[in-house]
Amino acid sequence: MKYTEEHEWLRIDGDVVVVGITEHAAEQLGDVVFVELPEIEAVVAKGDEVCVIESVKAASDILAPVDGEIVEVNEALSDNPGLVNEDPQGDAWFFKMKLDDLRVLDDFMTEDEYKDFLG
Amino acid sequence: MSEHSTELKQTPLHALHLELGAKMVPFAGYSMPVQYPMGVMAEHLHTRAHAGLFDVSHMGQVILTPKHDMAALEAGLEALMPVAVSGLAEGRQRYGMFTNAQGGILDDLMFANRGDHLFMVVNAACKAEDIAHMKAHLADVAQVQPVTDRALLALQGPQAETALAALVPDVRAMRFMDVLSVDTLFGALWISRSGYTGEDGFEISVPATTVVDFARLLLDRPEVAAIGLGARDSLRLEAGLCLYGHDIDTGTSPVQAGLVWGIQKSRRTGGAREGGFPGADCILAELADGPAQLRVGLHPQTRAPMREGTEIWDASEGGQKIGCVTSGGFGPSLGAPIAMGYVDSGHASTGTPLWGEVRGKRLPVTVCDLPFRPSTYKR
Repeated sequence: MKYTEEHEWLRIDGDVVVVGITEHAAEQLGDVVFVELPEIEAVVAKGDEVCVIESVKAASDILAPVDGEIVEVNEALSDNPGLVNEDPQGDAWFFKMKLDDLRVLDDFMTEDEYKDFLG
Repeated sequence: MSEHSTELKQTPLHALHLELGAKMVPFAGYSMPVQYPMGVMAEHLHTRAHAGLFDVSHMGQVILTPKHDMAALEAGLEALMPVAVSGLAEGRQRYGMFTNAQGGILDDLMFANRGDHLFMVVNAACKAEDIAHMKAHLADVAQVQPVTDRALLALQGPQAETALAALVPDVRAMRFMDVLSVDTLFGALWISRSGYTGEDGFEISVPATTVVDFARLLLDRPEVAAIGLGARDSLRLEAGLCLYGHDIDTGTSPVQAGLVWGIQKSRRTGGAREGGFPGADCILAELADGPAQLRVGLHPQTRAPMREGTEIWDASEGGQKIGCVTSGGFGPSLGAPIAMGYVDSGHASTGTPLWGEVRGKRLPVTVCDLPFRPSTYKR
């Protein structure tokens, strides 16, 4: 598992990367009440806003961590946004991306590095 | 509001909030608990099902003591508000608002007749201006004394009476908008049966020196939980209540805001003490002819919340911008997004289909009645 400074986690699953938000991020957001997922087959660039998460408090975005194509989204989150709080690093993944080269993930933080980053 | 002060003020309950694990945020110049570990959603639902204890000590408490007699003080206040002050019985509280010459709202407030003086509670962000306003205009008739040695708690929810009556049995006999002063172990408590959640409940002014002990005793009860500003906001939104600085301000009149119920007949055209308040021309004309814009409830038809600032349009494409959301979010008791805002009067009838622009997309929203959830005041 790799981590971004935007509090996303990235998990390699075969030739795709599964993207979600960390427990820390979910806790900061508070109760999630709405999730807007990206379109499947959307080609996105690193830094693009691909998802919207709304908690009882505010709206925030999930940014594409790398360039790639969205190949699958977690429809369960549309019906049950609260899953983000219940299981942020498991069932509440947001989308899967196909990358040209999985080696770009080497640049992201390991779990230990992310823990240090949180301080 | 100016933000020249960098130092946040603390309420007498600050250390208790930290002990309870609250997340503190700056609000109206104070460090205030936005939520506790329970979280906004659960805190909201707890208040609706049981009882929630809120620290609202940031709000302004003011005593108005007449220099001559109560009648002169009441008349003085009536010159600042489109509200009947005279005629409010001793032991009763009423909603009021200061208006400006254009008919806009300077602040909304509660005032109570406590026999030989009036007690007022005003919004935190406006309290300095309110006090200056009253000192300037009521100098001949009243001593305006800010109360600085007291905290203010709100205890709200269906079990609020049970919880408070365990400490102060006299509150059982109180009805909505009654006020009572009771001498207790904690000193004098100034209690009103009111609040800002749509629930039955109380606001309790407690000496700053004893408020932590008093709050702990309430929190020791299983039905009472500490509730933060986050849930306070979603509770008052479901109750259709205005938040000053968002749903009402100097640019909105009481008529546009749907606060006509707060303007008693005696102050309206043809009433015994008609007009005579700032902005009376505009406000009485709006009462007669109807306002150009009206505050309405809005039910988003998708799951996407429509937050403050969302533009409201009369068509899914093109069309006209006819309004704006002033408060919006998720209503935990309704399990759906809810909002309120101002729309042109021609689009204000219940059931009117409109569109809110969220992140560049027009999403359907329907005008609905307020409140979203009926109040449960003990009348």
